[in-house]
Amino acid sequence: MLSKKQARAFFLGGTVVTFLIFIGLTIYSFSKSQDQSNDENITEAVVRGKKLWEKNNCMGCHTILGEGAYYAPELTKVIERRGEGYIKAVLTTPVDWAPNGRKMVAYGFTGEEAVDLIAFFDWIGDIDLNGFDTVVSPLAKDDN
Amino acid sequence: MKYKSQKVAYWFFALSMLLFSLQIIYGFIMGFAHAGFDGLHSFIPFNTARAVHTNLLVVWLLSGFMGAAYYIIPEEAQRELVSVKLAYVQLISLAVVGVVAIVGYHFNIWEGRKFLEIPRGLDYLVVVNVLLFLGLILATLFKGKRKTTTALVLSMGLLFAALLYLPGMLPFDSQVKDSFFRWWVVHLWVEGVWELIMGGILSFLLIKLTGVDREVIEKWLYVIVGLTFLSGVLGTGHHYYYIGVNKIWLIVGGIFSALEPLAFLAMALFAVNMYRKGEKKHPNNLALYWTLGAAIVSFIGAGLLGFAHTLPQTNLYTHGTLVTAMHGHLAFWGAYAMIVLAIISYSLPNMTGRKLYESTRGRMAFWMSNIGMIGMTVAFGVAGVVQVYLERKLKMEFMEVQKEIEIHFVVLIICATLFLTGIALYIIDFIKHGKPTDEALVATVD
Repeated sequence: MLSKKQARAFFLGGTVVTFLIFIGLTIYSFSKSQDQSNDENITEAVVRGKKLWEKNNCMGCHTILGEGAYYAPELTKVIERRGEGYIKAVLTTPVDWAPNGRKMVAYGFTGEEAVDLIAFFDWIGDIDLNGFDTVVSPLAKDDN
Repeated sequence: MKYKSQKVAYWFFALSMLLFSLQIIYGFIMGFAHAGFDGLHSFIPFNTARAVHTNLLVVWLLSGFMGAAYYIIPEEAQRELVSVKLAYVQLISLAVVGVVAIVGYHFNIWEGRKFLEIPRGLDYLVVVNVLLFLGLILATLFKGKRKTTTALVLSMGLLFAALLYLPGMLPFDSQVKDSFFRWWVVHLWVEGVWELIMGGILSFLLIKLTGVDREVIEKWLYVIVGLTFLSGVLGTGHHYYYIGVNKIWLIVGGIFSALEPLAFLAMALFAVNMYRKGEKKHPNNLALYWTLGAAIVSFIGAGLLGFAHTLPQTNLYTHGTLVTAMHGHLAFWGAYAMIVLAIISYSLPNMTGRKLYESTRGRMAFWMSNIGMIGMTVAFGVAGVVQVYLERKLKMEFMEVQKEIEIHFVVLIICATLFLTGIALYIIDFIKHGKPTDEALVATVD
């Protein structure tokens, strides 16, 4: 029967080994040849857009890359789905945006801020998501 | 209760109860908004309610874990806490940081990163607070007469939880990397080191409640936490399937996530077996209910329901839908909320000297909250599956689908009311115990 000492060795050994593999895989998946996160296309506007995204806790309602709060639409392929004009209108409107009754806070972004956020969405839309992009984009109907 | 300083735990538990109540209120705000009643939108928009709901969860659970540690560590180490005064300082600062963060969320002051919304400035205060807590616990442990496995596993869990907070503070320009390392905190907390904390508390409770030999319980504790890390660390991969990183995670995450329920199954079997083996009949039945309940419900909520959508083929469709909320609710309830309620139920009579071991109210609290939460899980599940089908298969518009599933949120609200009633009864029981007293020192049934 297993002794307490063996049980401890199993715990410590298993933890160290899996953690080392985990770090190894992390380094591997962000290495130049394997990276698919669209890293090379991050511009200053994208970074400013991401800051706005965080500052206003957009993922407290929306989802992006499938992560967020499931209260408002997924925005991964939003540019492809809605087009820039529509998005700009939503972002800059001074009154709550409420198509179909569910309200979005009227953030009243400036024109430049809206451009930055659009750059951010545009960058997100070009990431290789291992097939998830086709699932979340209604325009990709035929690919399924 | 064997040591006067264990009384500190009471106030951490009281803070937990307060924040838990608030968490439920914000949950209702979100439930109503989903059902189409968003009258509070101008004051508390959904993203505020959401950040408050999840952050209160984290803070009340942490406060519960800290209370558990302040209760368990002196008893395991067989000495008083090194400083009761500093423990109170830590309690108050925790409450202040928590409240300031949550008030800030109402004024658009946050860092909109799911679960880690606390603004950067306050992050540093959290770190200081947790360091103070760890200092007190570890100093007590190392100055103590004995270092038990239970105490070591619990402390290790708390220490790693603190260390893993740090990757969440790294700044990244890329949303992908940001998300990747955010899961180092969130996933490795709830599917890793928090399970050490849960295991430590569970083993302490089983030793006290069943009378089974410590050596036997602690041996299995090692096996369980071993299984947890073996599956859970690489299981982080299930968050990486579709966020813009390499396909390797589909394989690694898929395999190791499938193993994750094993750790929870082992935990459930272990708790039930120890209960069966135990010769001792501890009079505190309510604590036993919550303890066994935690082990069993965590297997269902975290183990089975987690497994239900971590297969890459399924997750491709369920990722980013209400299916996640379905799993999240029962998992957090079973694994962490119930274990905190278990240690409170066990320790409260010992700290206050009032032996309310068995009462209809206590049993009702247990059953109503559990049945309510299972009902909520089913409501989320049905809403989630319908959402997946309509939105991802039939490609219907997001809001059209949301209209279709509003009715499930009405069901959710009804079940949540049952849940709330159960928790209200639990809190009434908590209050009826009165304040902790030194007179309880001798009166403890071990």
